[in-house]
Amino acid sequence: MTERVDQRVPSSRSELDPALVAGAEAFARTWATAVIGSSYVPMTRAEVAEHLQSLTEVLVSALFANPFRTAPGYEIGSRLVEAHFTGTDTLGRTVQLLGDDLLTELGIGVDNRMSSRLAALQGALAAGYARALRERTLAEQEAIRAAVLDARDQAEAALRASEARFRAMFTEAAIGIGIADIEGRILDVNQALQDMLGFSVEEMRQYNIRDLMHPEDSGNVWRLYDQLIAGDCDHYRAEKRFHRADGEQVWTHLTLSLVRDDHGEPQYQVAMIEDVTDRHLLQNRLRYQALHDPLTGLPNRALFLERLGRVFAAAAGVPGRRAGLCYLDLDGFKVINDSLGHDIGDQLLVEVGRRLDHSVSGDGKLVARMGGDEFVILVEGSESTQDIVNVADRVLHELEAPIKIGGHELTVSASIGIVERPLEGTTAADLMRDADITLYWAKADGKSRWALYNPERNAREVARFTLSATMPAALERDEFYVDYQPLVRLADSRITGVEALVRWQHPEFGRLAPDRFIELAEETGLIVPLGRWVLRKACQEGRRWLEEFGDSAPFVSVNLAVRQSRDPELVRDVKRILDECGLPPHHLQLELTESAIMGTADEPLEALRALSDMGVRIAIDDFGTGYSNLAYLKHLPVHELKIAGSFMEGLRAADEEDAVDAQIVSTLVQLAHALGLGVTAEGVETPSQAKRLHRIGCDTGQGWFFARPGRPEDVDHLLRGGL
Amino acid sequence: MVERPGWASGDIDLERPSVARIYDYFLGGAHNFAADRAVANRTLEAMPELRGVVLTNRALLRRMVRHLLDLGVRQFLDLGSGIPTAGNVHEIAHRVDPAAKVVYVDVDAVAVAHGRSLLLEEPNAVALRADVRETKTVLESAEVRSVLDFDQPVAMLMIALLHFVPDSDEPCRIISEYLDPLVPGSYLGISHSGFEEGEEGEGAAEARRTYSSQVAQMTHRTTGEITSLFGDLEVLDPGVVRMPYWHPESPDDVDEASARFPGFAALARKR
Ligand SMILES: C[S@@+](CC[C@H](N)C(=O)[O-])C[C@H]1O[C@@H](n2cnc3c(N)ncnc32)[C@H](O)[C@@H]1O
Repeated sequence: MTERVDQRVPSSRSELDPALVAGAEAFARTWATAVIGSSYVPMTRAEVAEHLQSLTEVLVSALFANPFRTAPGYEIGSRLVEAHFTGTDTLGRTVQLLGDDLLTELGIGVDNRMSSRLAALQGALAAGYARALRERTLAEQEAIRAAVLDARDQAEAALRASEARFRAMFTEAAIGIGIADIEGRILDVNQALQDMLGFSVEEMRQYNIRDLMHPEDSGNVWRLYDQLIAGDCDHYRAEKRFHRADGEQVWTHLTLSLVRDDHGEPQYQVAMIEDVTDRHLLQNRLRYQALHDPLTGLPNRALFLERLGRVFAAAAGVPGRRAGLCYLDLDGFKVINDSLGHDIGDQLLVEVGRRLDHSVSGDGKLVARMGGDEFVILVEGSESTQDIVNVADRVLHELEAPIKIGGHELTVSASIGIVERPLEGTTAADLMRDADITLYWAKADGKSRWALYNPERNAREVARFTLSATMPAALERDEFYVDYQPLVRLADSRITGVEALVRWQHPEFGRLAPDRFIELAEETGLIVPLGRWVLRKACQEGRRWLEEFGDSAPFVSVNLAVRQSRDPELVRDVKRILDECGLPPHHLQLELTESAIMGTADEPLEALRALSDMGVRIAIDDFGTGYSNLAYLKHLPVHELKIAGSFMEGLRAADEEDAVDAQIVSTLVQLAHALGLGVTAEGVETPSQAKRLHRIGCDTGQGWFFARPGRPEDVDHLLRGGL
Repeated sequence: MVERPGWASGDIDLERPSVARIYDYFLGGAHNFAADRAVANRTLEAMPELRGVVLTNRALLRRMVRHLLDLGVRQFLDLGSGIPTAGNVHEIAHRVDPAAKVVYVDVDAVAVAHGRSLLLEEPNAVALRADVRETKTVLESAEVRSVLDFDQPVAMLMIALLHFVPDSDEPCRIISEYLDPLVPGSYLGISHSGFEEGEEGEGAAEARRTYSSQVAQMTHRTTGEITSLFGDLEVLDPGVVRMPYWHPESPDDVDEASARFPGFAALARKR
């Protein structure tokens, strides 16, 4: 650096006497010892000694030079400084050493001339040293001050650059940035924030942060703000709305940060504000879309369920709150859709939706489209069921006016299931399920009407449902069994036959009579396997009686349900079962209802005829209750008429005979006999009934008077003469 | 908003004494201000031998650089280089090989500004303003990257530096982060103010207290502690020794006081 030290003092050694050189060397060593350690000289000890020796030699030459000049002394002084002999003691020691030792070391006698020459050189050395040191000191001081200025410039440049960067960041940022003091006075806002809110910086500076409150702000926003200002928190994020200058709203994500001074005291607040209006609106739209039916614009199922859930949540712990639902379905919508096309169907739904919405407007009411042609109306805070019934009436009325679509004038009707009840003790799911069931009832009851939810009806249906659902398994698990009721010949009170009556030993409901489940079995089709099972049981029993009682064994009379009678496998089934059991066909009687026989097409008749031809007896059950074409009877393969128990009423007691009933029964008997058919009276309960029937000419009786239905062993007992 | 480095504050306070300028004053320089000299003189009063200690340290720097040049090293990373004054590393090096490279690093803005102005015409030496504790900043600086060739050995000098780095700043980690990118055959030279346990005299303690409270916190270390700074480097002869004993140039440079000299030095090689 500037500190280049020229150690090579031009040597005049060659001109010197060797003795003087040796003296100079000795002096230089002493000199070195004296000055080393007073300042740093970048030389080894040997180099220092060598350097000082050459300076000594210059001095000695000067002492003897002619003409005498002091300039070399001056130069030596400045060379000492140049070599960095800058320590405070260096000059003093040097001057002193020169005076005390030099002449002696050189072996020169001290004469006036030498003394004065030496003194002059000492003075020159001191002057040269002082001058050089002063210059060096000033130069170094100047250098270090320049360095200070440089360093400051650099630091300031760095600061300016960094400030420029921050300023650029602030102005150019796409995110809105605002700075306010701790009182909330706005100090600066960047362009993005000005654009976002539509105010200029000047306008913004008129505002306090608190002026930017928005009525929709959550309480959180301002509670956190107070904490921040108080220095209790350093930043927070919030969702916040602002009013724009043009009155529009801006939805934002706000991050507010606290800037503290050097002592940690709150000083500024910096807000970073991101405009999320588009995102917000999009979200709103998406949410709207997610919760509304695009066709009708009505709330959809999801929104409805959400609202229903909220109704329940709001009612929690508030006793007495009620609500109601109308679950509505258009009658015959599918036909319209299928015949006129989906487009018309859709327009119809739109109009229905509009009418519903129109007729059910008001607080606490919600009309939603659940899908397809199903709509639901929620009425919150109803006072009684009547409130909802009124709504349903209004809706049905509203739908009465024909709907004109594309040249068609359509008349629609709807079925409505109504549920209305206190919310306590029920759930949204219960409400929905019950409304759905009730809608089904309204449909089943004839459509274009409303039905009210009824817990008993529901319980019945549930039980029915449970029965029909468990019936197949029950058949497999042998839960069914067959009881038999004797058919008694009135002439001699002999048991000629027994009617097989199926029972169900239900694990839950106990013993069930056929009227509880036969209809269900018919609906589900299970009647076919069940009937077959009964037939086989009865035939096995019949065979046993045949074996045990021979000629006096009763035939078995088995009921044939409508569905069975139409089963194409009927004849084959019967034949196979008879064969398997080894029961002669005339030991089997099949009972069919009037409607099963009369209202049928040809095929079942064929089957009956085939059975009859086989030798199986055919009886018409419950005769007289349905509409029978009596004339037709004679063309049918029938052997027996069973007169319904209801006619026995009139024959009950001797004194209060009902002439009409008696007349009917006797006419029936005559008719039957005229056609060559036997007659069995059902429901015989008293001795006088039995007696009278006998008198009328009835062939056979059945009923409690003779015997109740019982186990096969009971029949055995009767056959052995216990009657 | 965002934090700025403290040194960018533009705050260069001449009233605050500086390690670099006080050191310069001890060496006999005039690159210093009244505040520096006042503290320097106060410490000197408590410990008159301090000037000699500083001179010995500066002489050690010279010996070590020459030694490294003899070992064939031509690249120097001088950490905590101080104010350029008599006997700078590049001057010593360039007398042997003008192509030798030197990077001076110091945290003192004024020292570095001065260095930069002196080195304007000097292609093979640069000065970098950085805190040596920020090893990444130093190693990835344009100065270091452009001047030093990391495929060749580098001599890293930490002369009279580490007693300004307390244990909490993890000097061992700092050292190993510097050594990491250096090729085997590179060197680490350290001189360090310190005593063996219980050796520090009253005057020295007083001087240290003055210095610590008014200039910079000082951490004296023992031979053992200094040895452990070298980690798994190969410490070259004569090991970690009192500064005057490290390759003295003349018997006269060593005296009875050398055995109690308050500072150690060593040179080590990366294997
Ligand atoms: C006593 S001087 C030594 C100068 C030179 N190395 C010598 O021995 O001649 C110590 C130098 O280290 C510098 N220094 C101290 N701590 C430092 C750090 N953390 N980073 C950079 N330099 C530092 C000081 O600014 C000062 O210039």
